[in-house]
Amino acid sequence: MTGSWPVKLDVFEGPLDLLLHLIKRNEVQITDIPIALITDQYLATLEQLPELNLDGAGEYLVMAATLMLIKSKMLLPPEPGADGEVEEDPRAELVQQLLEYQRYREAAERLMERPVLERDVFRGGGEPLERSTLATDGPPVRDATLGDLLAALRAVLARAQAPQPHEIFRAGLSVGECAQRILARFALGNRVAFDAFFEPDAGRDEIVVTFLALLELIRLRAVRAGQSERFGEITVWLATETLGEAVELARQLTDAEIWGRSGEDDERQRSRDH
Amino acid sequence: MNVNALEIIEPRADHEAADEQPVMDRLQAIVESLLFAAAAPVPLARLVQALDGHDRREVAAAVRRLAETYEREGRGLRVVEVAGGYQIRTVPEHGPWVRRLLGGKPPRLSRPMLETLAIIAYRQPCTRPEIEAIRGVDVDAVVTTLLERRMIRMVGRKDAPGRPILYGTTPEFLEVFGLPDLDALPPLRDLGEMADILRATDLSVTSEGVVPTEEASAGERGDAFEAPDESGDDS
Repeated sequence: MTGSWPVKLDVFEGPLDLLLHLIKRNEVQITDIPIALITDQYLATLEQLPELNLDGAGEYLVMAATLMLIKSKMLLPPEPGADGEVEEDPRAELVQQLLEYQRYREAAERLMERPVLERDVFRGGGEPLERSTLATDGPPVRDATLGDLLAALRAVLARAQAPQPHEIFRAGLSVGECAQRILARFALGNRVAFDAFFEPDAGRDEIVVTFLALLELIRLRAVRAGQSERFGEITVWLATETLGEAVELARQLTDAEIWGRSGEDDERQRSRDH
Repeated sequence: MNVNALEIIEPRADHEAADEQPVMDRLQAIVESLLFAAAAPVPLARLVQALDGHDRREVAAAVRRLAETYEREGRGLRVVEVAGGYQIRTVPEHGPWVRRLLGGKPPRLSRPMLETLAIIAYRQPCTRPEIEAIRGVDVDAVVTTLLERRMIRMVGRKDAPGRPILYGTTPEFLEVFGLPDLDALPPLRDLGEMADILRATDLSVTSEGVVPTEEASAGERGDAFEAPDESGDDS
């Protein structure tokens, strides 16, 4: 392991993870970290970050600053405190933090070694072959096709309550409204399970309109639908940078536009594609 | 139905001592039915309630006998104590077959999720900033995922500036990891000990996250049955 260094930043869970990796790689003691060496290697790893994802990189940069501060403190001759106290090792706090983190990392590993429900062990009872409450959350590897979406819609419709005979047809639930309602779900997180858009007590009409709104949002590229495996659970996530952008895109979803000018929209979309 | 079954065993008091054994077997069988039919772990008190007329001690003994029977006969099921109740589960060694039958991949538990979960499990109730201080990264998304999966829940607000939300684990967490209660979590290593161990041990955790264990264990088994190959339908 010399010269170039086949390590990508995104394999690390964060600055502490990267630091632990470097400490191990250099076979140094955590209680006596050669701070200059580790700082240099840390910074070198940061430089390999191809694009600065500001969110994630911020944490790495804060740590870089901390490391450099410790490094500079180590270079200064130890300065007795006002009352002659010996100054604390500048690395102490960092070491403490690394140990604390490692402690929970070990605990996490021990959890993983247990027989995990629906991975290693399975319970009886419940509904037959039901998809569990433990939804998969791996990054979706493929976009869901229309067929996948329709299959998911069928499942939702199958669960829908039979229409109540006395119920009066719900007035005007528009695709545009439903689209906004769908997008509101993303306020809490940028990934939402397909099923979550459909209230358990939703009627068929509501389900169908919601589904149409979802298709429209996909067409407008406000959201994308995907699944981590074939026939897997469908997850929907924002395709725009911010929720605001998606909401803005969805504004054009007035009913008139959908039913009256959708062809025109499609053409605009196609020409943009070329 | 239970009522009928119970009527059959109810007059047991009138029987001779020689009949005690079959009566116990009957009770054990009913307990088996109850645990099989229930989706969630059943607390002993609920079993006692359902088995009207039997005291706690009798029911507990029946559960224990059922558990012993499964083990002794090498059955594919076990009675385990999880989340404050009893649950019938498949044995871990049969996981690959069961999963192939049910289809789909095992629930993904990523490293960020597990680390965050471990911190919450051991320190609960704790706030997001506390978790972030330990992991050194933002945990907003991970906490949301854990909430969605019902592994953690909000348990209150801390009496501190901003009144941050306090999180704790749920019964589902105990159920997923097969823990009877929070006391069953293995003790955290203390920090002094950690420093010593870090000198000697391998820090590495695979960067792909922690992978399911059965690939490793399946190979070691000398069974006549081979674990299903799960790489087949990955494409």
